[in-house]
Amino acid sequence: MTLDMVPQNVMARVASVAPTDAHSLRLMEMGVVPGAPVRVVKTAPLGDPIHVCVRNYHLALRRAEAKSITVTLNLD
Amino acid sequence: MSAIPKTLCHCASDNSEAAPAQSLTIALAGNPNAGKTSLFNALTGLRQKVANYPGVTVESKSGLWSLADRFPPARLIDLPGLYSLDATSLDEEIARDILLGRAQNLVSPDVVVVVVDATNLVRNLYLATQLIDTRQPVVIALTMFDRAERSQLKIDTRKLSQALGVPIVPVVAKRRRGLAELSEAVITASQERGPKLPPANSDGQILKDQARRQSQLIQRYAFIERIVSDAVDPNDDGAPGLSERIDRLVTHRIFGPLILLVVMLLVFQAIFSWTTLPMNLIDQVFSALSASARNHLPAGILTDLLADGIIAGVGGVLAFLPQILMLFFFISILEDSGYMARAAFLTDRLMRAVGLHGKAFVPLLSSFACAVPGIMATRTIENPKDRIATIMIAPFMSCSARLPVYTLMIAAFFSGQKVLGVISTGALIILGMYLLGIAVAVIVASIMKRTILRAPAPPFVMELPPYRVPNAGNVIHSLFTRSTIFLKRAGTVILGISILLWALVAFPRTAGTAGANAQDVASAQVRNSFAGRAGHVIEPVIKPLGFDWRIGIGLISSFAARETIISTLSIVYNVGDSSEDKSSLVDALRNARRADGSPVWTPLTGLSLMIFFLLACQCMSTVAIVRRETNSWRWPAFMVGYMLVLAYAASFVTYQGGHLLGFQ
Repeated sequence: MTLDMVPQNVMARVASVAPTDAHSLRLMEMGVVPGAPVRVVKTAPLGDPIHVCVRNYHLALRRAEAKSITVTLNLD
Repeated sequence: MSAIPKTLCHCASDNSEAAPAQSLTIALAGNPNAGKTSLFNALTGLRQKVANYPGVTVESKSGLWSLADRFPPARLIDLPGLYSLDATSLDEEIARDILLGRAQNLVSPDVVVVVVDATNLVRNLYLATQLIDTRQPVVIALTMFDRAERSQLKIDTRKLSQALGVPIVPVVAKRRRGLAELSEAVITASQERGPKLPPANSDGQILKDQARRQSQLIQRYAFIERIVSDAVDPNDDGAPGLSERIDRLVTHRIFGPLILLVVMLLVFQAIFSWTTLPMNLIDQVFSALSASARNHLPAGILTDLLADGIIAGVGGVLAFLPQILMLFFFISILEDSGYMARAAFLTDRLMRAVGLHGKAFVPLLSSFACAVPGIMATRTIENPKDRIATIMIAPFMSCSARLPVYTLMIAAFFSGQKVLGVISTGALIILGMYLLGIAVAVIVASIMKRTILRAPAPPFVMELPPYRVPNAGNVIHSLFTRSTIFLKRAGTVILGISILLWALVAFPRTAGTAGANAQDVASAQVRNSFAGRAGHVIEPVIKPLGFDWRIGIGLISSFAARETIISTLSIVYNVGDSSEDKSSLVDALRNARRADGSPVWTPLTGLSLMIFFLLACQCMSTVAIVRRETNSWRWPAFMVGYMLVLAYAASFVTYQGGHLLGFQ
């Protein structure tokens, strides 16, 4: 599942970041690498961008960018 | 590539001349929001210089840092914030080139101080380890250490320092804690300076291959996670932090936009009305100065130059200061507290509709008060093309200087009229002007983003920094820097243009005949001046807009500032230069007749003029600030040109279309 589909406040882990997009490196440099814990905090009032918490800091990104991040949900 | 031509800036040469040869050059690098600015301010105090890197719009900041008594002060360069050495923006390219010693003719730093946010270690150490890998002397300044301590985050700095192989100094810039230790660490590091990695090697590190870059990146993060988990006892109780709890309200679906509205209303109110008093005061002081110059000096051209050109020009420049100070007071508080990122978060979807970034919202809204501080505020937009697009449309926001023009036209041609019996026509027209300005801005921005400013959409990956109590020192620094920049860079241009415009009205001289009163002399002077003649020359061009040569003079002279047209028209119509009492001017406009007896001014002319003033860049201060902010004359020239074309076309359509529809 990709990050834009993760429900609010569900803990997830980054599985991969699509390497094709120009912004994927930027995301990874900012710590969005496979294994990093990530949680969607909320969606902006107009539906985009989304606010996520990754490695205990907060990041806003647009849905289009969140689509390139594949995650697995923590089911424990 | 090297993003930096020849010299860093004049501050670089200034300082190297002043300081002995052995003084150190130290670069301050770090992630955005890591506390770099606070540390820079704490280390250098007010001994800072801000300039542009030549040829680009990136600002360079440097200052003097008294390391220790036995050393000459070091030159500290505050680099733009960056997340990694693999630059994606111009700011980052410049920072990287300086850090890697690749910037031509720029002194490469003797020591790099990397600012690392203790509450966000893993991500901050990414850049730090990249810099350590270049094998230049690196010292880590661990900021937000007090915050980490408060949140029970235990960091074993000794262990971390051993694992990374560089000294780590915890600092709290606001309380000046750890600054002396940082100086010592930097001095020691500078003495242990080994051979620098040749630039060729560091080039090799920046791999072109995406997949290899990714895997290298993942490895680096794995390494950092390992050493951080060894040295840090995390306090991860999973509870949302204070910032997240504040965000529940501040970016709430309903309360978020409401809070934004209140904040922006406050900012707006502040720039719009709270600055009137100081602005009037400046105006009065300079009017008095001008009058006293006239009284005490012999009448003549030099006195006129001094009184009407120079003193009035300086007063015109200073009149902007209250608005600039007020806007930057709020902006630096909004930035420092972390709210600015939330405002961008809330408005990004809206701004994206016109191809702009959420960060364009506040500068554009501020432009409704005055485009000059609004344009200065676009500095927070990192992407250069987005920033230029925002600057280019900012003057369409109906600023406070247009209001006198609107109200004069409404007083003259629409006063007392009602639509549907209740709504005042004047109010509707003013509202229409505001909306038309926004609509044109939206259209122009979309066109520009698809044509001349076309670029792949930059990622909207924006950190939402933790909320902080704004640092008074940072606010003061920001006010000081912005006002100095405005006075030095824009003020000189504004003064120059205002003297030029004065000369256009003052030459050639018309001798007053005996017995004529001063008012008649002034009127005759303007009619016969270069500007007056130019009014006649452009009359055929502006005739289709409903304007005659007198309005032409007004258009030319009001390039100084829009509201100038009122005093110019007053002089031309010989009703005395009094902006207080408009009634005589209103009568003069209503009664003005052409040679054939038809009225010069009709309601349609008034509307056409209002639209012209809405869309044309009739403001030399805007031109001057765009010149300073884009670091070229190309953009301001383009701006004046395209806005003039737009204004002409819109007024033409209004006047001619109105005629076809049978309006007068």
